[in-house]
Amino acid sequence: NARRWNCPELPDFSLLKRLARDRLIYLLEQLPGKKDLFIEADLMSSLDRIANVSTLKQHEVDKLYKVEYRPVVSTSDQLCFLIRPRIQTVKWICGESINVANADKAVGRLRKYHIIFTPQKFFACEAVLEEQGIFGDVTTDEWSFYLLPLDDDVISLELPEFFRDNFLAGDQRWVRTAGSALHLLHTLYGPFSKVYGIGRFSKMAYESWREQVEEGEQRARQAEIGTVFLIDRDVDYVTPLCSQVVYEGLVDDIFRIKCGCVEFGTEVTSDKSLKVMLNSQDKVFNEIRNEHFSNVFGLLSQKARNLQTAYDKRRGMDIKQMKTFVSDELKGLKQEHRLLSLHISASESIMKKKTQQDFQELLKTEHSLLEGFEIRESICFLEEHIIRQVNMMESLRLLCLLSITENGLLPKDYRSLKAHFLQSYGAEHLLTFSNLRQLGLLVEQPAGETLTVMESRVGKLVNDKTAGKLTGAFSSLAKKSNFRALSRKLNLVPKSDEEYDLRVPRDMAYIFSGAYVPLSCKLVEQVLERDGWTGLEEVTKLLNGQEFAVTGSIGADSSTKSDAQRIVIVVFLGGCTFSEISALRFLGREKGYKFIVVTTAITNSSRLIESLLGNIA
Amino acid sequence: MMKSKADEEDYWNSSKFKAFTFDDEDDEFSTLKESKRTVNSIRCLVEEDDDKEEVEKVSWNGEPVSSNSWSVSETAASNQRAEREPAFPKINTVTISKSHSGYSLSSLRSLSGSSVLMMSSCCDQDYVSDWSPEETVHRMQQGKVVSLEKFRSLQDKLLLLDSCVAAHDGNVITAVLIYLKRTLSKEVLFRELEPRQTALSHLIHYLTETRDQRLLLELLRALGRTEDVAVRTTHQQYTVLVLNLPFSPEDSSHVQDHYTLMERQVIIETTDRRAERGEKVERALILNMPLITTLSYCCLYHYSESEGTFSSPLNIRQTFKISEKQFFVTALGARAKLKAWSDVDALFTSRNWLGFTRKKSPLGFQRVVDILQKNSAPTQVLQDYVALVDDAELRITLAQKHKCHDIVINTYRDLKDRQQLLGYRGKVERGSGEERKIDELLNNLQIRWKN
Repeated sequence: NARRWNCPELPDFSLLKRLARDRLIYLLEQLPGKKDLFIEADLMSSLDRIANVSTLKQHEVDKLYKVEYRPVVSTSDQLCFLIRPRIQTVKWICGESINVANADKAVGRLRKYHIIFTPQKFFACEAVLEEQGIFGDVTTDEWSFYLLPLDDDVISLELPEFFRDNFLAGDQRWVRTAGSALHLLHTLYGPFSKVYGIGRFSKMAYESWREQVEEGEQRARQAEIGTVFLIDRDVDYVTPLCSQVVYEGLVDDIFRIKCGCVEFGTEVTSDKSLKVMLNSQDKVFNEIRNEHFSNVFGLLSQKARNLQTAYDKRRGMDIKQMKTFVSDELKGLKQEHRLLSLHISASESIMKKKTQQDFQELLKTEHSLLEGFEIRESICFLEEHIIRQVNMMESLRLLCLLSITENGLLPKDYRSLKAHFLQSYGAEHLLTFSNLRQLGLLVEQPAGETLTVMESRVGKLVNDKTAGKLTGAFSSLAKKSNFRALSRKLNLVPKSDEEYDLRVPRDMAYIFSGAYVPLSCKLVEQVLERDGWTGLEEVTKLLNGQEFAVTGSIGADSSTKSDAQRIVIVVFLGGCTFSEISALRFLGREKGYKFIVVTTAITNSSRLIESLLGNIA
Repeated sequence: MMKSKADEEDYWNSSKFKAFTFDDEDDEFSTLKESKRTVNSIRCLVEEDDDKEEVEKVSWNGEPVSSNSWSVSETAASNQRAEREPAFPKINTVTISKSHSGYSLSSLRSLSGSSVLMMSSCCDQDYVSDWSPEETVHRMQQGKVVSLEKFRSLQDKLLLLDSCVAAHDGNVITAVLIYLKRTLSKEVLFRELEPRQTALSHLIHYLTETRDQRLLLELLRALGRTEDVAVRTTHQQYTVLVLNLPFSPEDSSHVQDHYTLMERQVIIETTDRRAERGEKVERALILNMPLITTLSYCCLYHYSESEGTFSSPLNIRQTFKISEKQFFVTALGARAKLKAWSDVDALFTSRNWLGFTRKKSPLGFQRVVDILQKNSAPTQVLQDYVALVDDAELRITLAQKHKCHDIVINTYRDLKDRQQLLGYRGKVERGSGEERKIDELLNNLQIRWKN
């Protein structure tokens, strides 16, 4: 009965690209004449998806440069900077413009400086211009490019810093951005009629969006998307910390997919490295992206056989048939052939890495932690992993998983593992530990005393300066302590004694080899099923509350009870993994929904942890 | 000093106080303004009732709308916007969790008390200088031009700050903080930010981003967040000064160790550079490397030195209290890399009280084999250690993987597994010694095979 639903059609998101492109062209036309364009490095891929070089050239962009914080070498009279609103970049532009201006003055020349901030400008950046005395000399604009469709059902804000800024630094600068992105979707594809959410920033983003809806005019239109689910990344840290084992997730973990594109090195391509777009346009990839890796080889060899059969049709053809074959089919077959051999090589390369003993052991430890089984052995494994100085990121990943699943580490273990870690990977990671503790990702259980006793003591110390900080630490601890309870309530860890056929997945746990149902996606499933949070009170309590479910007054009538309601946007504030996307695609097929994932960025365990390392200033 | 919570509430809730007297304006004008506000506030209250009705229309599954409407924008919105049914209900975004801020509730309450007073009327709006804090924040959010200069009294400034915190717009919060930083003394600014955790986080982040290290550290010190100061300074230059910073006792021993290590690295490196001249292979630099990397270096180049030298592995082990297991793993890796198999062997040798030697390891022998194999140890070396793996099955797997035929054969013999042994016969070279050994065993009538 799995595929009994007719899935509704997805809205056309290419419109988002067209709008962004038109807006960019408009901004460039505001600067008549030839100009050199300096582009922030991490914007280059996104820009590439929106406007190619020839489009830029058509609008009198002469030369393109990557912002590298080095002296500008340009002979153009107009310099245009396309950047994220970051203070460091603006400072660099200020320095450069002052340097260049001084040099220009000597030869009596006047150049124009223009900054285009995307997706918006920040007051703090303008303050830098003011402080440096060039406010007004340098003109600024905004390219309100919020949403980049990475695929038919995945849209990214391409703002990886959202996670660190919001969750670690407590800086809410991107909340409005998220609200605006939602507003854009609402305007183009709404009106939404139901919004569910969980998490502090989800609430804030909802509020920001709601205000923008009230400010603007809503045209009556047929809704294409009816339901929205917002979730903060800190509601579920376990899922992004797990090793990915579905094909797309694996490719991301190993080769790093950037903006929907991956660069396969020589270990895959054998001659020179190759950039490949990975999306539903790639027919081969589309069939294997959501599959558990153990299933991928079988599918690929099946495809290879089909391809062989298709090629073999040539035999015994007459000239005329041959002609039609060449003109109609051959190109497609060759394309498929090329893609097939590429993905086979990629799979081989993945296989080589993943069959190593280390990976097998890591995976085994990970599963033990999820199940809460053989914890001592896991700690011992982790200690040896650290003292052998192997892969630091893996060590941190497992430490965090251990801490979240075990409600913090025992003081004895925490201190010993931390000491070993600092000895093995460097004392500068004191700051990493401090960051991880702040997020509640890696904490020490309070020694000897129960949480409540400690809390009441702290309560008495309310006037003490440190009290606020202490309570903070405890509440984050309390919040993270609940993995086991959650796992039982929502049945996240299937019983291990049952066989799990990864070929015919029975639930979303297949994305983790049947070991764990991603909490984030489980919440989506439950809330949609119950049309709200009713009956999930205990769950939300364990997640520290902050859930909401609202129904809009427009578009909530019965006429939209149709297809639009089955198209659900799931917004991940702080990033989402490919595994979660695969799980939602599975859920959609099972329950007759179409999910569109909107995320501040694609993440995985390495990206998540890297953003919390202490050695980045 | 900080105002106590109760004081603050008292202040805002009692009507005896005139919340806003502009020092530089004449009294009459401000009285006029205040009465105007009062009139407006009455309208607000009326509309609030309407609002409630509307809110009840929408279905709710989450938390109910908070009954004490301390959210400013609610009243503000109803005042300035056309009477239109809101498309979506407002939700309470204020976290009451303690982690957020113990004081957020009170500061917000103070806000709502005053917002009524602060409401400026529609016809006043041509005076740019007359935007209420909420309206100012609202305009800033839309990127419109505003002037913050009119927010001169401390109360005004703080109301402005609280308004943008309530609007959850970090961009505006930082903008207002930049203004406050310019117009308030550090002492006042720090004092007022202390109970305002959200705003405080924004200032800390702003100072971090602008690399205003001095003010940042001053701020953290003023807040008593000395550990943060210490941790933030760690990744900078190590000076004696850092050592005096107030780390937690646990962390301070790590930092002390790190400092000692740096000194040690400099000594070793200078001595070695001098000695190295003429050597063909250049050694990797160890400056700024982790302790274990340094230990590994010393195990590579200074292994047999007596404990008295700075570069002796034993001395390093002693100084930094490196665990036995850690020392063992590092030495093993380093000696294996140099193919110094006798050193490797010696690491395992322990003598019991009778003088017999036997191989002992703080690390599982399976892991030992792994480390040796990664350093491309030959089969003769590997098999000694494979043989010591306790678990028979694991031993066979490892032995097969590393082609230690003897071990496989002996294990099957011990397990009395004739079938497996027979099967393994096909895997060894024909006419080899292994084959002959298997044949001998298979023909041995004294073994009681289990199959």
